This record gives sequence, structure tokens and C-alpha cells, in this order.
Amino acid sequence: MSLNKTLVDMDYLLNEAPREKHFITGAQAMAEAVKRASVDMAIAYPITPQSEVMHLVGDIYAQGHIKEYYRAEEELGTMSAIAGAARAGVRLFTATSGPGLLRGLEAIVSWPGHRVPCVLGILTRVVNAPLSIQPDNIEMAYMLHCGAVMLHAENQQDTFDYTLAAFAITEKVDVYIPVAVATEGFFVTHAKGYVNMMDEKYAYKEVDPYEAPVPAMDNEVPPARIQRDAPVQKSNFMSYLIHSVWQQEIWDSNRRAMKYIYQYLGGPIEVINPDADVFILASGCAAAQAREANRYAEEEGLSVGLIKVKAIRPFPKQEIRDALKNAKSVIIPEHNIIGWLASEVKSSIDNSGIVVDGPRVYGGMTLPVELIMTEIYTALGMETETLQA
Amino acid sequence: MANLGPAYYAPYPVATYDGLLTPPEGKAMLLTDIVDEEVAMREVARVMLTSDNATIFPGPQVLYAWSEEAKKKATLIKEMSEVLNAKMIPMYDYRPKYPKIDPEVEINPNHPNLTIWHNNIKAAIFIGVHCHYANVALKIVRSETDCYTIGMCALSGHEDAMATIRDQHAEDLARFIEIAKEVKQELGK
Repeated sequence: MSLNKTLVDMDYLLNEAPREKHFITGAQAMAEAVKRASVDMAIAYPITPQSEVMHLVGDIYAQGHIKEYYRAEEELGTMSAIAGAARAGVRLFTATSGPGLLRGLEAIVSWPGHRVPCVLGILTRVVNAPLSIQPDNIEMAYMLHCGAVMLHAENQQDTFDYTLAAFAITEKVDVYIPVAVATEGFFVTHAKGYVNMMDEKYAYKEVDPYEAPVPAMDNEVPPARIQRDAPVQKSNFMSYLIHSVWQQEIWDSNRRAMKYIYQYLGGPIEVINPDADVFILASGCAAAQAREANRYAEEEGLSVGLIKVKAIRPFPKQEIRDALKNAKSVIIPEHNIIGWLASEVKSSIDNSGIVVDGPRVYGGMTLPVELIMTEIYTALGMETETLQA
Repeated sequence: MANLGPAYYAPYPVATYDGLLTPPEGKAMLLTDIVDEEVAMREVARVMLTSDNATIFPGPQVLYAWSEEAKKKATLIKEMSEVLNAKMIPMYDYRPKYPKIDPEVEINPNHPNLTIWHNNIKAAIFIGVHCHYANVALKIVRSETDCYTIGMCALSGHEDAMATIRDQHAEDLARFIEIAKEVKQELGK
């Protein structure tokens, strides 16, 4: 089906194409980005508890915006099929959440090593058990060490913009590893917000499979084979060396993604009130609550800074170090029990004693701004009312 | 890359650990410095013309690709080897070879040091190798040998090479050959 789209580069699409305001859910925002990304193939196992994303992507496939849509039997099959399709040099999208992400994890963590460029939507949910479908971003912790680029969207607008940018970043020849775009299930995926979008006649230019750091599978051009990367499991030093440099190359690729995060997203962090003594640092929809706390503080005449972390991998160590160099306290609210973001920040800065571990909510809880305000008052040495039993 | 020479058995720190990334468009990188492309071309020619057993490693993109660009490049690479007095050893396959390769007739990205050791190669140009496999090879060469590596890349370059020139298409190779001829004359080679 030909939709007569105007194919443009990502800089034009993100920064110059005229936009109109829409009121849509986060799931719709992600699907609308996919609609404008000239995706060749979407693969999914869209089961509850997921989000609407892959159902909506199925709709836009039916409308002709995507060339192929394949429903796998479960998530390991989905993620393995993504790796297989990547061998053919096509543009790929899938999305999952919580238990589905973990079921697919074995295949997902092999994507970077196999140089699979694709965009993975992660609409975060709790990890069972007990069985639940509520929002919680603990699953992102399992993704941190696989080599993938990871972006964390605060709201519906971020979800749209980050997803689009992810398609450009993942296909850069000096990156060429998967880009995960995460946002919170329910709080963002099922809630409506304003999203400025360009007309759907605009779409990202099509992928060039030959502009790649690895050969696409091509039976006319040797060396061609289904398994591109042969095993290196021999028990000798040469095999160990191959695997070690291979791993280094993946993380080098992850580091190289940073320049494109600057290009397309304006950098990996956003800083408000950089001269403050007390900061709130957050990612994803915790950043929305942090932003609200920042506004409350301003209304109360308190000087509080905000650092929103957009990129979780590559983690913006230097940028955070610079932003916090004069800070006396940094409060890190999170939607998970382990505090993976706080751990990342502590390992990035010299003065980790300034980190306030929390507040944290999980298991589906919302993150009241008042919890963050209490930490702000404490950090500023102000007396606070405490909850009485 | 930061330093010429073996980084011992472990292949780290790789260049990115020293804060080096591929050069921006229109520029090249010599060791740790971002330089103009012509400066890099002159230095690359000088190194190749003054190093023992200088060798060009052509990869699948110039060995097999069925395109006009590949044909032009292949012809130019042959001329380049003559101008630089360099041998050519192809990297025609990316699979690891066990129990061992024949280092006199090929180089492999998974154990490129074997070919460099066997032939005592002190300077080498990687060209037409897909970037991932070039980067893997360059990291191993850097860690295991004292070979001065040069990445002439059609795409975004290679920070783990001692010299990297990016976006090199047929017309750029022709320009490099002319520069190499000048350098050769200056050196009296």
C-alpha cells in the first residue's frame, strides 16, 4: 500500500517538520512515532499485561504504514525473531513489559553482540510474583548491563520524540546496537497528555542496509550464512580474547551513542536551577513528579534544582558529575524498590554521601509530590510534619 | 588510539577509555589528535613507506561487493599498494579459523595478530572491512602487536586505529594515491 509519504532525515523530522498538538495516551504516542519511522517489520507477542502499543502498531500495519507484522508465540520467540529479521537489514520495532521483557531477556541481551539495530519499547510493569500488572520500573535494572542504549521517557511527548530518535540512533554505523525506550506503564502508557506531532505524511527516510558495520544476510554476496557470528567457545586464549574485544566493541558502540543523544535529544540530562544546593534527580515519570516538586519548592521560595536523566545507557556520568559538583544534597525518587538510579548516580560522583536514597514507591504505588517535598525540607534543615501512627 | 604498542595480554584500555571517539565528518584522527584529512593522508603515506613489511588488508566490501564503487576501489587499492610498496593480504572471511589460519595468505578479524606476527608487519591499512570486524581486529592488533594500524573507512572511522580517515570513497582514494606519490618522491623511496 503506497501512502505517498515525504521521507526526511531525523533532524528535519524532530526539529523542523511543523507540529500540531494532540491529546493522546503514551501508548498512542509510541505507536504514532512508529507510524512516522518507516518501519519495515514489527514483531510482538501482545498479551496482557502489556500495553496497547503493539495492538496499535498492528492497526497502523493494517493501514499500510508498516510492511510486515509478525505475531510470535511468546516473548523469547519475539525477540529471537527480531534478531533474525535484523540479519536481512530491515528496520525493526517491538515492545513489551515486565514479565514479557524478562521472558525475552535471553534473546534481548544477545542483540548488542549480534549488532542488531532495533527499537524496543519497554512499558514498565512489576515483575511477578505475586501476579500483578501494576507500574514499577524494576525491570529496567535487568537491562542495564546488556549493552543496549536505554532512554527513559518522562511523559507522552518524550515517548513520541525518544521513540522517533531511537530509530536514527540505533542505525548509526558507529552505534548499531538496540535502543530501548522505556516509560512507565499506566502512568504514561494509559494516561493522556499533550503531544506535539508532525503530520503523518512525514516519515523517516528508509533504512540503507549496506550502511552497516556488519554485512546483512545476502546470498549473492559471500561470505553469506544464517549464523553470521560463529561460536568462539574453544578453550584457548584466542577465543577468550575474541570475546573480550567483542564485548568492548559493544560498550564502545554504547559510548558512541552519546553524541547522537546530544544531536537528537539535546543531551542526556536536563538541568533546572543549576546553582541550587539541593537537587532532585529523576528519570521517567518520576521526573514528572520531581518537576512538580520543583515547582512547589519555587512557590514556597525554596531554591531547589532539578536534573532529569533522559539517557540511562550510556549513563551521563560526566554530565551528572558536573551538574552536582557544588550540590549539598541530591534526592532521587524512583518507581522501584532497589533504587537502581540512585546506585548509578552514587557510582558516578565523587561525593556519593550527598545522595538521598529515595523516596521510592513500587508495586503499583503512585509517587506523591509530598514525599519528595518532605525530603527537600529535610535536606534544607527545615522542620516537617511527620505522619503519626 | 592513544599509544602505539602492545597493551599486554588484555586488550584494554581501548581507545574510548582514553576518551577518544571517531573523528567528526571532514576530519581524521592521528593517535589522539583530530587533524585535517590531508595531514592524516601524508602521515599515513609516510608511515607506510618507512615501515617494515607495510601491508594492505582489503576486506569483503572491496573483494566481493558487486558495485561500480567497489570495482573502482579495488583498482585503486591495487595501485595504492604499488605506490606504497606494500603487500596485500586479504581479509576475505569473518569466521574464526581453527586450528589456525595460513598467515601468509589471509588475515582474520578474530586473530589478526597471527598474520601480523608471522609476517612481521609494522604498518597496515585496513580497507573494505565492515566496521564491527575492523574494530574487533584493531583492538586485538593494538593489544598484541607493535603494528601501526590505519583505518581507511567508507563510513565513520575507527578510534582503535592509530590513524583513521573516514568517509573514504573512490575519489578520496585517488586523492590519497596522489599525495602518497608526492610523499614517496620527498622520501626518495
